[in-house]
Amino acid sequence: MTTLFYIAGAVAIIATIMVVTRSQLVHALLYLVISLFAVAVVFFTLGAPFVAALEVIVYAGAIMMVFVFAVMLLDVRAQKPPRIPGSAWAGPLALIVVLLAEVVYGITLQNHALAAGSVGPQQVSAALFGPYVLGVELASMLLLAALIGARHIAAEPMDAPAGEAGAGAASAAAGLDEAPDAPPAPEGVQG
Amino acid sequence: MATVSLNSGLILAAILFVIGFVGLITRRNLIVVLACIEIMLNAAGLAFVVAGARWGRADGQVMFLFVLAMAAAEVAVGLALAIRFRQTLGRLDIDEADEMRG
Repeated sequence: MTTLFYIAGAVAIIATIMVVTRSQLVHALLYLVISLFAVAVVFFTLGAPFVAALEVIVYAGAIMMVFVFAVMLLDVRAQKPPRIPGSAWAGPLALIVVLLAEVVYGITLQNHALAAGSVGPQQVSAALFGPYVLGVELASMLLLAALIGARHIAAEPMDAPAGEAGAGAASAAAGLDEAPDAPPAPEGVQG
Repeated sequence: MATVSLNSGLILAAILFVIGFVGLITRRNLIVVLACIEIMLNAAGLAFVVAGARWGRADGQVMFLFVLAMAAAEVAVGLALAIRFRQTLGRLDIDEADEMRG
C-alpha cells in the first residue's frame, strides 16, 4: 500500500505540473483527468474507498464533463493559445517554492502513522446523516443556487429586457459562431 | 500492512496545492484558471482525508464530500461566467477584463 501511495502521488504531481504548463487547453484538461484518477488511487491507499469512488465519479466524471462541454461551447480552437513568458513564471515560482519548503519543514517536525484499516461507506454515511445532516442540507441549497445562477449568467444577456429573454439567448448562441475579433458585445455598457 | 505516514499525505497535498496556485497566478486562460482552482480544492480535500485517516474517523471523508459539492457549484458558475466572458469580450484571456479599474 505504501508503494502504491508513492507511485500514485508521483503520477499526480507530474500530471498536475503538465496541467499547468500545457498551452493547449484540451491537453491540459486531459492531464487534469489523469491527476484526478491518481488522487483517487491515493485515497484508496489511505483507506478511504468511498471517497476514491466519488473522486472518479464526480470529479473525473461530472466536473470534467462540464469542462469539456464548456470547451466545446466556446470553440477555443479558433483562438491561438496564449503565450506565457518565462519571466511570468520565475518570480511566483521562486517565492512559492520558499513557502512550500517552509510548510514541508513544518510538517516533518513530527510524524504519525495513519490508523490501520479503512473507513468504509457505512461509517461515512452514518456520520454524514448523523451529526453533519445540516451540512448536507446546506450543500443541497448551495447546489440549487449554483444551478439557478449558472443558468441566469450563461443564458441571458444582462441588458436584455425581461420579455426578450428567449430572443436574447438565441442571439447570444448565434454570437458564439462569430469570429473572435467581432464580439457581439454592447459597447454602451462600458461608458 | 505497512501504512502511509501522515507526513507523506500532507506533503503531497501541499505540493498539489502549490502547483495549482502557481498555475492560478501565471496562466491567463480563464478555463485553465478554473481548472487550477479545482486542483487546489482537490488538494485541500486530500488534506482532509489524510487527517481523517490519521485517527481512522469518517469526519475527514465527510468534509471532502462538502468540498466536492462546493467545487461542483463553483465550476458550474465559473464556466457560465466563462461563456459570458467570451461572448462579451471575444476572447478567454483574463487580461482582457481590465475595465474594472479602481
